[in-house]
Amino acid sequence: MASDIDRRASAERSAAGTTHGPLVLVEGLVKHFPIRTGLLGREAGRVHAVDGVSFEIQRGETLALVGESGCGKTTTGRLLLWLLEPTAGRVVFDGQDVSSFDRLGLRAFRRRAQIIFQDPFGSLNPRMTVGSVLREVLQVHGIARRGTAERQISELLDAVGLHADDASKYPHEFSGGQRQRIGIARALAVQPEFVVADEPVSALDVSVQAQVLNLLVDLQRRFSLTYLFITHDLSVVRQIADRVAVMYLGRVVELRDCEALFQGPLHPYTQALLSAVPDPEAGTDRQRIALSGEVASPANPPPGCPFHPRCPHPGKDETCSCVVPPLRALNGGAQAACHKI
Amino acid sequence: MNEASGRAEDRADGGRALTAAAFIPGLAHLRRGRRRAGLSLLGLALAMLAVLAFSFDRVASTFTAGRVDYWVAMLTLAGTLAAAWGVSLRAEWGRPRQRAEGTSQWAIAWREFNRNRVAVLGLFLMCGLYLATLLAPYLTSYEPNAIGDIAATRHLPPSLDHLMGTDKFGRDVFTRVLYGARISLSIGFVAVSISVTLGTVVGAVSGYFGGAVDTVLMRFVDMLISFPRLVLLITVIALFEPSIFTVIVVLGLTLWPATARIVRGEVLSLREREFVEAARALGLASPRIIFRHIVPNVLGPVIVAATLGLGNIILIEAGLSFLGLSVQPPTPSWGNIIDGGREYLVQAWWVSTFPGLAIVVTVVAFNLIGDGLRDALDPRLRI
Amino acid sequence: MSAPLLRVENLRTYFHTAEGVVRAVDGVSFTLGPGETLGIVGESGCGKTVACLSILRLIDPPGRIEPDSRISLRDRDLTAASEGEMRSVRGNEISMIFQEPMTSLNPVWTIGDQIAEALRTHRSARPAEARRRAAEMLRLVGIPNPEQRLDEYPHQFSGGMRQRAMIAMALACDPSVLIADEPTTALDVTIQAEILDLLARLQEQLGMGLIFVSHDLGIIAQIADRVIVMYAGQVVESGTADELFGRPRHPYSEGLLRATPRVGRRMRRLSVIPGSVASPKRWPPGCRFHPRCPYAWSRCREDVPPLPGEARASRCWLEEEPARRTGGWDELALAEDH
Repeated sequence: MASDIDRRASAERSAAGTTHGPLVLVEGLVKHFPIRTGLLGREAGRVHAVDGVSFEIQRGETLALVGESGCGKTTTGRLLLWLLEPTAGRVVFDGQDVSSFDRLGLRAFRRRAQIIFQDPFGSLNPRMTVGSVLREVLQVHGIARRGTAERQISELLDAVGLHADDASKYPHEFSGGQRQRIGIARALAVQPEFVVADEPVSALDVSVQAQVLNLLVDLQRRFSLTYLFITHDLSVVRQIADRVAVMYLGRVVELRDCEALFQGPLHPYTQALLSAVPDPEAGTDRQRIALSGEVASPANPPPGCPFHPRCPHPGKDETCSCVVPPLRALNGGAQAACHKI
Repeated sequence: MNEASGRAEDRADGGRALTAAAFIPGLAHLRRGRRRAGLSLLGLALAMLAVLAFSFDRVASTFTAGRVDYWVAMLTLAGTLAAAWGVSLRAEWGRPRQRAEGTSQWAIAWREFNRNRVAVLGLFLMCGLYLATLLAPYLTSYEPNAIGDIAATRHLPPSLDHLMGTDKFGRDVFTRVLYGARISLSIGFVAVSISVTLGTVVGAVSGYFGGAVDTVLMRFVDMLISFPRLVLLITVIALFEPSIFTVIVVLGLTLWPATARIVRGEVLSLREREFVEAARALGLASPRIIFRHIVPNVLGPVIVAATLGLGNIILIEAGLSFLGLSVQPPTPSWGNIIDGGREYLVQAWWVSTFPGLAIVVTVVAFNLIGDGLRDALDPRLRI
Repeated sequence: MSAPLLRVENLRTYFHTAEGVVRAVDGVSFTLGPGETLGIVGESGCGKTVACLSILRLIDPPGRIEPDSRISLRDRDLTAASEGEMRSVRGNEISMIFQEPMTSLNPVWTIGDQIAEALRTHRSARPAEARRRAAEMLRLVGIPNPEQRLDEYPHQFSGGMRQRAMIAMALACDPSVLIADEPTTALDVTIQAEILDLLARLQEQLGMGLIFVSHDLGIIAQIADRVIVMYAGQVVESGTADELFGRPRHPYSEGLLRATPRVGRRMRRLSVIPGSVASPKRWPPGCRFHPRCPYAWSRCREDVPPLPGEARASRCWLEEEPARRTGGWDELALAEDH
């Protein structure tokens, strides 16, 4: 089923840029949000949303970015797409530094890198039909030639498992899962190479979640997409990711191949996180690593290792509370940020 | 589903047959069980025909009178009849919808509004008022400013000849209230249009861009809001000549800051919504995002504010006229008719009472519509 | 097993809207014993939340608990109780905690005030006594420095702490039944694990009956003794947690279990339940799951399958014709692959 979109996508793929090296390279990414108070907006502090994050995403792979709320995973995703500008660090997309793009360059970049959102209710304009949303995207980017827009819209809808007739409907007439499909169709309309999926299945029911996950896997294969899959749900990660980066308080604490991470997590936080995920097969008898205390606020991160106040590691010592552990390369391509590994 | 197949049947056996429903407006709707729509259309058409029948002379005199308002009335009469008939014909002959069309948020709001009987009553009142002002020359056989034999016609109580009696110059109060409605309603309409347009643009820009733009615009708005409107009005009117134009401009320019604030608040929360972020990620330009993606979503509260504002403006204008700061006699406006009857309240209560009632009914109608719209457009009811 | 604490029989809660009757809960029955945890699992729109609110009679018009529904607490018929009697039941004998710890607490009152309020309403406790008990409750739910934190406002608490405070509030009057409606859904996994442990510990300690509602099969498997699975306003399967997750009998439970991604292993491809839940205004005729069921045959489309009264039951015609259980989800997955 080689439709028009497939052919155009692959043709453009080979024409655009280099084909070696990672598609996305992130180096020392930092994003601080100032906390302003008073009438004059004096800066009272800074939220350290992302605090020095580096990783690469290879072409065609799925990197999962995992962590709990407030760990900076969503901000990282926005930074990669240049929806937010980083405080420090750089994002290199296909060999080009994104910060060097002018207006036209950025527009071209937007065609190659897209985003899928979590909230199937908030991510669609309630006043626009599905067709007009897609038509707008196609027209603005000059993708639709005269007269082909309608066909392209129905192809897009078909690709995400919706019906061509759905184009004339409004978002509120769809279920959560269907809306998520519409959001995916919108992202795919510009035929991107890279897609940031920000918790795309978290708001969905289990049975629908499986449908959307399978769809994302199929689309990746069909359009040779590269995913950054942001989620808090480790069971979903195991199902979809090639590599996993675990974040805690604005830093990556562990980064490695998916299966290896699930079979033997290295960082104490990853271990605790993994043990806390409920699994219907394991029942009640599974051993859980209990964490004490609360996640520190990113406005006031603890000195040293960000995880040390909650860390259950028996060998925890003063180094942990003073020195920030760097993300070090270990055997077998694994990376972890812990003094005790 | 059921409805669609029903319509298809109608079409199969009826086609474009010249049924009674094709001639009598409203019948098509009634036949399809849409009672309220049918009766409204029928009533509207009958009312227009009644005007035609009872004041045929005046309608006919349009061609000789050479006055603009006669032509406006003529157009209104013909236009309303044609519209009622057209809507009816479309229901009778129109094709059933080909594909499953989506129901827009506006369509849902309209359905919701229609459930609210009181609000619909307000809407009927408002439509009736506007129609009456447009048709004014046909609805009365007197001229608003014509002074005849004062001794014979001064302060006549309400009767069939003079529905609302006559004033101290022997002018027909009903006629004056009818013509006065033009002033009140058009001032309200134009001033609200100005304030909504300005307020929406300023509020949307301020909320969307934030930062310095927002600070500057909002401080300006604060300044305007803190300025006492009545003082500003009186000053401006003292500087220039009191006229409809001055009043409209001053009201329009002093009302928009309130709209701007509402819009800014809505935009601030909409800006964080993911569909706006998606639009940015798709590389859409800012004006496009503001006017295509954000503004349609803030129109709900703006419409509600505008409707309630209309009632408010009518009250302000009446107050200004009453003080002699707006439309100058002999041109009638509700405020100055009341003012004119003030001295004779005991002998001729009708002169001030009827325009007063007109103000009450109009303002209540606008408030009913406003409340109905607020409920119908409430985003919390659905997503 | 001792006499049931709470018995719900044929509960039907309908919403009579202008567009038609929404049959949100349509004939649900279950019992809850003291010290027992009943898990109610189902996806959004299955009626699990409405069922819980119905137990407390917190259904506002146009919603209505239909006449022949019966809810009894010990021997008292709650459906017949007056509104005044219900007020003395709510928060006292039956408590409820909700999903959203951010909005369930009133931001203008201190945590201490809010816990004490229940005590002062139901127990006519004096201020000092109520405060002492409130501090005790905070300690019970594992909040450090309870005396200090009593005087703090909800915004000074983190999400997990707020949910703990909610639990403290719910338990202040020693209820015999606690209804927890997705209490951990808004929380992070590590915090969720803490709350689940806390609930299990408190239940053991206080011996109350716990109804735990969730869409997450993993959580239910971890915390529940007995489980009912709801679909389209009805109970479709019931049994102990081990029975239900070990050998699900209803095709819906089976499909749901197979569609759940596991942290323990990677599946080649997730199994999918096709389609989505029908509108509660027009449930499908026959078995309500038949449009999505891989086993469905003509009988499922026409006749409504019964739910036998036993503890282990499945509302499915396969119970009578087990020979038809062939293919099913495996075949469906295979078909989707090609």
